[in-house]
Amino acid sequence: MNVVVCVKQIPDPADPGALDPSTKTLKRDGKLILDESDSYGVEMALQLVDAAGGGEVTLVSMAPNSEVGGLRTALAMGAAKAVLVSDDALKGSDALGTSKVLAKAIERAGAADLILTATESSDGYTGTVPEMVAELMGLPSVTFAKSITIDGGAAKVQRQTEAGYDDVECPLPAVVSVTAGVVEPRYPSFKGIMAAKSKPVDEVTVADLGIDAGAVGWAGGGQEIVEVAEAEAREAGTIVEDDGEGFQKVVDYLSELKVI
Amino acid sequence: MTVSKIWVFAEAADGKVSNTTLEMLTKARSLADTVECVSVAGDAVAGAVGAHGASAVHQVNGTDGKLLGPAVASAIAGAVAAGNGPDAVLLATSYDGRDVAGRLAVKLDAPVITNVVDLVERDGGLAGVEPIFGGTTDVVTKFTTGKVSIFLVRPKSFAAEESGGGAAAVSELAAGDLGATGAAVVTNRFVEEKTGPSLDDADIVVSGGRGLGESEKFQMVEDLAKALGAAPGASRAIVDAGWVPYSYQVGQTGKVVKPNVYIAAGISGATQHLVGMKGSKNIIAINKDPEAPIFSVADLGIVGDVNKVLPKLIEALQSR
Repeated sequence: MNVVVCVKQIPDPADPGALDPSTKTLKRDGKLILDESDSYGVEMALQLVDAAGGGEVTLVSMAPNSEVGGLRTALAMGAAKAVLVSDDALKGSDALGTSKVLAKAIERAGAADLILTATESSDGYTGTVPEMVAELMGLPSVTFAKSITIDGGAAKVQRQTEAGYDDVECPLPAVVSVTAGVVEPRYPSFKGIMAAKSKPVDEVTVADLGIDAGAVGWAGGGQEIVEVAEAEAREAGTIVEDDGEGFQKVVDYLSELKVI
Repeated sequence: MTVSKIWVFAEAADGKVSNTTLEMLTKARSLADTVECVSVAGDAVAGAVGAHGASAVHQVNGTDGKLLGPAVASAIAGAVAAGNGPDAVLLATSYDGRDVAGRLAVKLDAPVITNVVDLVERDGGLAGVEPIFGGTTDVVTKFTTGKVSIFLVRPKSFAAEESGGGAAAVSELAAGDLGATGAAVVTNRFVEEKTGPSLDDADIVVSGGRGLGESEKFQMVEDLAKALGAAPGASRAIVDAGWVPYSYQVGQTGKVVKPNVYIAAGISGATQHLVGMKGSKNIIAINKDPEAPIFSVADLGIVGDVNKVLPKLIEALQSR
């Protein structure tokens, strides 16, 4: 069982985000880390390969400046190898451009039985990449998986719904996006961290993937940010220290609003 | 009008059209001469969407027991290829809405503008307004392709208002051959039993977060919600930790709520959470960290331990 996991390397969410003043897109020039949302897919992939009794987990990522910080984290968790697409032509890529690159990189990674992604990244959160990748590869897909088991060439998935969840069966190969919290991502062991340093990362350019540079990045984007404005701020409220009677302030406020 | 024809992807559950569908239709009426729906629920939604301004429903068949994304996207792309398609498609930021949008974008080789909370006119076309950095900054994005404009719209972005129109005319829109993409089948549907008001409709929402300390303490949130006739909710952190089901989650992923009163108990207020609740009319926050971002949107903030404040609050409310 070979599983490809699409992982994103993002600016540390603990740092305040900023927009590039000229392009008005998110700055990504600092150190990048593994998007926590993707750690669930990596863990799920490792468990599925274990359960199948053979095969390997390959990572696929697109990032500027040959960034491998996040990939090393996932390799330390136990993934075998990675394909990294890094190319200046990719600057400004939107979800569709990113998906075109990921689909080609997944093909380069070798025949996959299953392709896992997060439901959305923590920094861009369009939530459209999994379906785009599936459509580009002509594959079926199940989004918002809260559990996955493999049974005779098909994935059995519990898919989150508004009301609860659906049991979905999907023949492989397929793309499945996993929700956060489906599994407990393992912490990389010291041995894993050391081993990750020598695991192969196949770094490629847009041209290596046979993609026309004009179809991705700014050129291929097809959208333009025309305005960035401060949103209307809420008026500052009353903040009080709890002196043991803080609950009374809440009761008074609710009473003032006539909801009790 | 900004554009001539808008299609809204009309979603329904148990034969009832979703609120977000009606919200999008109301906005679409002010932007386009012709507003129509594409749906798998056809006759079940024709009355409600007609009353909110849709003149037609393009019914996509063959999705019983299937996921909707591949068939609906293929049907819309087919109409576009045949020259009968819309100028813009509006879909809800929902499980199925995102599936349809992603596949449609590839079929039309057209980008999607996501997380839209408003639609405005820019340079003679439609542009989407998207909040970023926890809603402190609004970004307006327009399309430059001249292709169909695809927007994923966040729930509760607009107020639904009836137009007084009659039932929309239903006709079939063929999905065409889906090949392998349509191979996923739904074998069972599970509905989680929930009592009390839903997060969508509740006048008051009480949400708990990591500040509660441990999963057993979430009972206090349930108790407070019960005492107030409120819906209980949760931050992503404790949903991820497995304390409560995903259906409780308020935020960027999860529900967007705009109740009269929102009480955040032990929630620090990550961007992820703020985006889902900062539209609430009155916000009360209880958190022991005075620097927590949740206090920046709170009308009343109590800096204190939820495990001390909540029991007293519940007792006071129960004894009233």
